[in-house]
Amino acid sequence: MILDSKIPAGPLAEKWTKHKFSSKLVNPANKRKYDVIVVGTGLAGASAAASLAELGYNVKAFCFQDSPRRAHSIAAQGGINAAKNYQNDGDSIYRLFYDTIKGGDYRAREGNVYRLAEVSVKIIDQCVAQGVPFAREYGGLLANRSFGGAQVSRTFYARGQTGQQLLLGAYSALSRQVANGKVKLFPRTEMMDLVVIDGQAKGIVTRNLITGAVETHAAHAVLLCTGGYGNVFFLSTNAMGSNVTAAWRAHKRGAFFANPCFTQIHPTCIPVSGDHQSKLTLMSESLRNDGRVWVPATQQIAEKLRKGQIKANDIKEEDRDYFLERKYPSFGNLVPRDVASRNAKYVCDEGRGVNETGEAVYLDFRDAIKRDTRKIIEQKYGNLFDMYKQITGEDPYEMPMMIYPAVHYTMGGLWVDYNLMTTVPGLYALGEANFSEHGANRLGASALMQGLADGYFVIPYTVGDYLAQLAPKPVDDTHPEFARVKAEVQGRINTLLNINGTKPVDYFHKRLGKIMWNECGMARTEEGLKGAKAEIQALKKEFWSNVKVMGTNEELNQTLEKANRVADFLELGELMVDDALNRNESCGGHFREEYQTPDGEALRDDENYAYVAAWKYLGEGQEEELVKEELVFENVKLTQRSYK
Amino acid sequence: MKLTLKIWRQKNTADKGGFVTYVADHVSKDMSFLEMLDVLNDQLTERGEDPVHFDHDCREGICGMCSLYINGKPHGPLQTTTCQLHMRSFSDGETITIEPWRAKAFPVVKDLVVNRSAFDRIIQAGGYVSVNTGGVPDANEIPIPKTIADLAMDAAQCIGCGACVAACKNASAMLFTSAKVSQLALLPQGQVERKTRAEKMVAQMDAEGFGACTNTGACEAECPKGISITNIARMNREYFSAVVSSENM
Repeated sequence: MILDSKIPAGPLAEKWTKHKFSSKLVNPANKRKYDVIVVGTGLAGASAAASLAELGYNVKAFCFQDSPRRAHSIAAQGGINAAKNYQNDGDSIYRLFYDTIKGGDYRAREGNVYRLAEVSVKIIDQCVAQGVPFAREYGGLLANRSFGGAQVSRTFYARGQTGQQLLLGAYSALSRQVANGKVKLFPRTEMMDLVVIDGQAKGIVTRNLITGAVETHAAHAVLLCTGGYGNVFFLSTNAMGSNVTAAWRAHKRGAFFANPCFTQIHPTCIPVSGDHQSKLTLMSESLRNDGRVWVPATQQIAEKLRKGQIKANDIKEEDRDYFLERKYPSFGNLVPRDVASRNAKYVCDEGRGVNETGEAVYLDFRDAIKRDTRKIIEQKYGNLFDMYKQITGEDPYEMPMMIYPAVHYTMGGLWVDYNLMTTVPGLYALGEANFSEHGANRLGASALMQGLADGYFVIPYTVGDYLAQLAPKPVDDTHPEFARVKAEVQGRINTLLNINGTKPVDYFHKRLGKIMWNECGMARTEEGLKGAKAEIQALKKEFWSNVKVMGTNEELNQTLEKANRVADFLELGELMVDDALNRNESCGGHFREEYQTPDGEALRDDENYAYVAAWKYLGEGQEEELVKEELVFENVKLTQRSYK
Repeated sequence: MKLTLKIWRQKNTADKGGFVTYVADHVSKDMSFLEMLDVLNDQLTERGEDPVHFDHDCREGICGMCSLYINGKPHGPLQTTTCQLHMRSFSDGETITIEPWRAKAFPVVKDLVVNRSAFDRIIQAGGYVSVNTGGVPDANEIPIPKTIADLAMDAAQCIGCGACVAACKNASAMLFTSAKVSQLALLPQGQVERKTRAEKMVAQMDAEGFGACTNTGACEAECPKGISITNIARMNREYFSAVVSSENM
């Protein structure tokens, strides 16, 4: 099978314009005859649902939270990139494109990434028009800052709550369409499966989380905007409810899953404090603009720190190792996320970590406060400093913050073509749920950009092209396939409720997370991955025979919800391990210890691995089939990423 | 730490509900409040009892999903969300009472989970600028004074958790509604629909069964995001100037 990415021919800068022109249009009077299902109401989902409803399509929008405004996009802190070049510092669409391709370690498609950079400028216009209160300069124009890995200031922000403000903007547009009657909202409703008829996506099966009712919904097209799968690691910066179920169910119905092993470990999170920990909290990467990352120069000093004999501020300047500044003089503390994370792991592996567990490094604002005054630092990061103090009980104005990497984002996801369509016709994946724009590593402030680009400016064109080829006839759920899939969903729920084992769901989730973090996390080896695969298979067996799910289906049952999700994480975990085993190279967030340069940097193998690894589900208990999409680079020359 | 927990249990909206007492052993000071409940729930499951249901999601104080009325205060003793509250705020041997938000417009769904969809309907009544995707001016075409943009941002930080309603003796939603009305009334983008927005959102708020505002300031005192009651004053001005020259039919 050959995967067709459908990247239009022609010069890079003209691809999208030409593609939009050659896409078919749906007659304005016919738009109301098409129904579109949107699952997930984060940046991608809310913007897509609102934009499609504005065009005249009938939209049904689903989210598992109690309101669309709760989607996890809301937690993004730092900002959103756009190639506006408002700062006159040499930015351009091409530079944003180039930075994104390079930052992704040359594992993303040129065509998609260029389009992303191209529409980025329109996103900012749109959000400002909605009343998103971005930070401004005294002259009244928009402020920018530079952000992890970029040497220009192209990041727009709203204090440390950019994701919140962008999501509330998209939510307001969505709410307007709900009021107009063009969007029907289904909160506290979780997608349980996809219905495929004659090879095309025709609807979904959902569970009402309040009543437990399993229901079917038919549509002409289905959009999955369901976010990433970072919670496979149990501990991550994702929200507790973030899950892979919608994407995984779609995968098992025929949608290929691409590059699942590409996960991003974010360098600046609050370190783990104990076994009870339920999630990790991110401290925005923007902190690295002013904070300096360091550990003690020797293991002896670090040991004294860990025993509480000395404090960070007692350590003399010459005994501090600003390891990022030392190793990467030109980028310093602003090296991309994967590089910063890996180096934090190295110094901690050397025994120079700074908290009780030995798994933390300092992020120090002493020099920035001296240079800029405390007031300026408060203005920039006040809410982040407060949050840190709240969680750790320590004051970062007085003592350096302690940080450690944590799982944050998943670059992998459902395989999509240039139209954002998966391998199942009529099924689309947007935002973090797809694999497309970030390659093997995502740059800071690019997730918000991608979510909104997909929802506001890509899908309104591409979904129209597909719908125009379908007859404008009403759809319903009378086809027997709906009843069949619904029965399967009910069967699975009953099985989970009737296992009546001895261990709670989290017991399994935590164990899966440990396996994934240790063997498929920041550094991976062939041996470790092989062991992980066997462990996951055994754990999966144990789950299905010994999990204990209390309550019934016909009520709000949070344990049942969790059990459903963890069951899918167990299957995904194994595929991630397979993918990591297959990729005999190091690139971006995927670091195989066997493949590194003499000075410990990632060693890519462009000759053999410059491809997207798309996995095809073949059936219960069978190994998935690898299908390759070769990446073609016509504009960018592949080089080793160097931030020295 | 060893704690006694008095938790509100209610099977569903129709059930009458009541308090059940649990003992929480081995609580560490570094745990968040919700992690303490996670541990309790795992113990309940192992004992074959139904876990306590509560809303939560991001656990970093921004999604607004968590709630809980703890010892008579929404989100507990600190001015923060429950998910950001840690057990170091409590002492060994303490009894903690945990209830759901209490308001007519927020019916209990189960245990500590309430239905806050009334907030969504208030926003749907007018909490937006009516612009379609595309066809908008360049972002820098309209300069906005930094002071105004900052004030709008102060109001826009509302996370829609409902603590203001839970704190208010009248279960008023004025702080929530006024935060959105203020944000858009301050910004040039919100001017065109300024009057109809204030009228419609206030009308929806009343229709949902939220109470009146009597200026006690309890909402501001308990708001985890520090939303100021000056927003309520601004909304009142907006509302009254709107109704005297109403454009709503």
